[in-house]
Amino acid sequence: MRVLAAMSGGVDSSVAAALLVDEGHQVVGATMKLWGGPSDSGCCSVSDVDDARRVCHQLGIDHHVFNFSEDFDRHVVGPYVEAHRSGLTPNPCIECNRHIKFDRFLDRALQLGFDAVATGHHARVVRLPGAAALVRGRDAAKDQSYVLSMLGQAQLARLLLPVGEMTKAEVRAEAARRGLRTAAKPDSQDVCFITASAGRPAFLGQRIELHPGRLVDSANGATVGTVDAIELVTVGQRRGIGSGPDGRRHYALSVDPRAGQVTVGPLEELMTDLVRVGAWTWTAHPVEPGTAVGAQVSAHGRALPARLDPDGHQVRLVEPTRRVAAGQTVALYDGDEVLGSAVAV
Amino acid sequence: MVAYLDHAATTPIRPEARRAMLALMSEPGFGNPSGAHSVARAARRAVEDAREVVAAALGAEPSQVVFTGGGTESDNLAVAGRSPRGHILCSAVEHDAVLESVRAAGGTTVGVNPEGQVDLDDLKRALGAEPAPAAAPPTPAAPPGSARGSAPTPASLVSVMTANNETGVVQPLDRVIGITRRKAPAALVHTDAVQAVNWLDPAAATAGADLVSISAHKFGGPQGVGALVVRNAADLDVTVHGGGQEAGRRSGTHNVAGIAGLAAALAVVQEDREALVKRVGDLRDRLADGLLASVPGAVETGRREDKVAGICHLCIPGVESEALVFLLDQAGVCASAGSACASGATQVSHVLRAMGVPEELARGALRLSLGWTTTEEDVDAALEAVPAAVARLRSSAAAVPAVRAPSPARSAR
Repeated sequence: MRVLAAMSGGVDSSVAAALLVDEGHQVVGATMKLWGGPSDSGCCSVSDVDDARRVCHQLGIDHHVFNFSEDFDRHVVGPYVEAHRSGLTPNPCIECNRHIKFDRFLDRALQLGFDAVATGHHARVVRLPGAAALVRGRDAAKDQSYVLSMLGQAQLARLLLPVGEMTKAEVRAEAARRGLRTAAKPDSQDVCFITASAGRPAFLGQRIELHPGRLVDSANGATVGTVDAIELVTVGQRRGIGSGPDGRRHYALSVDPRAGQVTVGPLEELMTDLVRVGAWTWTAHPVEPGTAVGAQVSAHGRALPARLDPDGHQVRLVEPTRRVAAGQTVALYDGDEVLGSAVAV
Repeated sequence: MVAYLDHAATTPIRPEARRAMLALMSEPGFGNPSGAHSVARAARRAVEDAREVVAAALGAEPSQVVFTGGGTESDNLAVAGRSPRGHILCSAVEHDAVLESVRAAGGTTVGVNPEGQVDLDDLKRALGAEPAPAAAPPTPAAPPGSARGSAPTPASLVSVMTANNETGVVQPLDRVIGITRRKAPAALVHTDAVQAVNWLDPAAATAGADLVSISAHKFGGPQGVGALVVRNAADLDVTVHGGGQEAGRRSGTHNVAGIAGLAAALAVVQEDREALVKRVGDLRDRLADGLLASVPGAVETGRREDKVAGICHLCIPGVESEALVFLLDQAGVCASAGSACASGATQVSHVLRAMGVPEELARGALRLSLGWTTTEEDVDAALEAVPAAVARLRSSAAAVPAVRAPSPARSAR
């Protein structure tokens, strides 16, 4: 097969490409340039491109750079900023996968005559007769199926995830064995276009006006405090929210930037068994309402027992959990298999 | 076989240059020209021989030739050397080596017309209020953009390239010089002649300019060596400090072999230019005319008669440069989108943007650049590969959205 390997300059995609070369595929490496601004690492800096290129040299394959920075601005950074402005908690990595890696990049690969794309995600594509299933990676601690949960058959049919059968430790050992320069490179953390030093407040502060907000007690509607920037408050947040009159910790229960108001209350009010979501994308078939599923509501969480309500836009959890911030993704699982996902509203 | 059509990026080294370099990279040519012994003197001799070659070719005195680490460094020395003395202006289609230096110095860009030549009226406007009152308070760095009104402080430098690296369009440098002398007599004129030396007599093409940048690897010499010609005893602040080489204008031990290679290549080009321009110009015309005929919708950038002989620049609607260059590479044709950043990513060209080329066309920019090694076969290869690649990209561009179309159950997008 002709495979275009998406190479971020990290260890996982380096080993993914190496394994495909071993399997006899015709592999070309490509690094997406997504972000022109400062970055801790992510997938965009010149040094990451250099690492990816150097690994390709070692593997004896061609390397190309695709500049998708305009698409990234339009589909990831812009909506991220806009979401924060309207009080949502977006997941830009998922939007990048949706719009860039498995849309723009995949299109480009097919256009250039490749049969498939490969990435270094820790997840597995299991090929069944007439269908492909997306399954958690073998290393449970590093599983990334959640951030791929928006993929459908059209993408899965053309996707290879060579490191999904390996643990992270095995991936690093494999990279070291091959002498790849990325073997000991630290895992990328958090949002690639926001630096740890400046952080989210500075990033958003340069792009939108940040407004102070009032903290309002859910019990009696009394104003109990203020925050400097309501756009930076996330549902479930505890820091800077204060305590109730009884001294118990308070949490942000809901955020309303238009009213300049954050409703706060104790933990039990944060707990809910209901997650309302927008439209679903299904990996293969829509889930019938009432079916027992697992619902994962964050990248590093686990799947919670749940059922889909009859209207299809509510996930009913068996045990209450902390409220899911609007903008976060809810992925449904059957065991280790991803069924589909939707964004919480 | 690879058809190398990226001479504007770098040229194959002329055998004469290679021989000159090898001689100096062997015993006893390795000396440091600044030393006081026989080995040093041999190296110094090579540098001074080279200086005379450059001076003669550029219509300058040997003492006016400053060897540098390449075109970018030459441009930086010129801009940074003048920026403490006043405002800097440059055209909006300059190479990043000038553009970013001018930006760093808080300078101003002057627009170009749709043919890619500097807008002389815009230049006059930008220099219009010269000379500004000497007591004017320091103004904050002006953002680059079209010149509006007058330059905030007296201009110290106007930088307009001799020929553009993407489009090949030759600039009306003599008129730029005339306007600058009239409107801003204290300002110097710098020209980045990096892309011109191969195709135009550099002495004539840059006549009257105070500062001229050249780069060896654009005319058959090695990479990493160039020169800044400082004519008319132009006054430049020193920005590279050290041992005082190159009359204090550019410290650092000389790249002796590189300098000798530069001079050897320049000597060959000076001899060969007339024949080269004729031969390559004919090849370029056959290539450009052939592609304009065979690629539906393709548009040539700028007027052919304004361009140096080696550059064919087209904009092709309905394709993306990056994908096109990829497919051409697979077909054995080395081409370029015209502009790339350090990571190797293709960018939408600031040159095409400044010319007002519509985004849809600018995204499909293709530069094929020819030179001394280019053959009829290279042109044939491109004439075959480009239409095929464009057809393929256009057909798959239509087919691909099917992959993206949401299935009935996948309504969220």
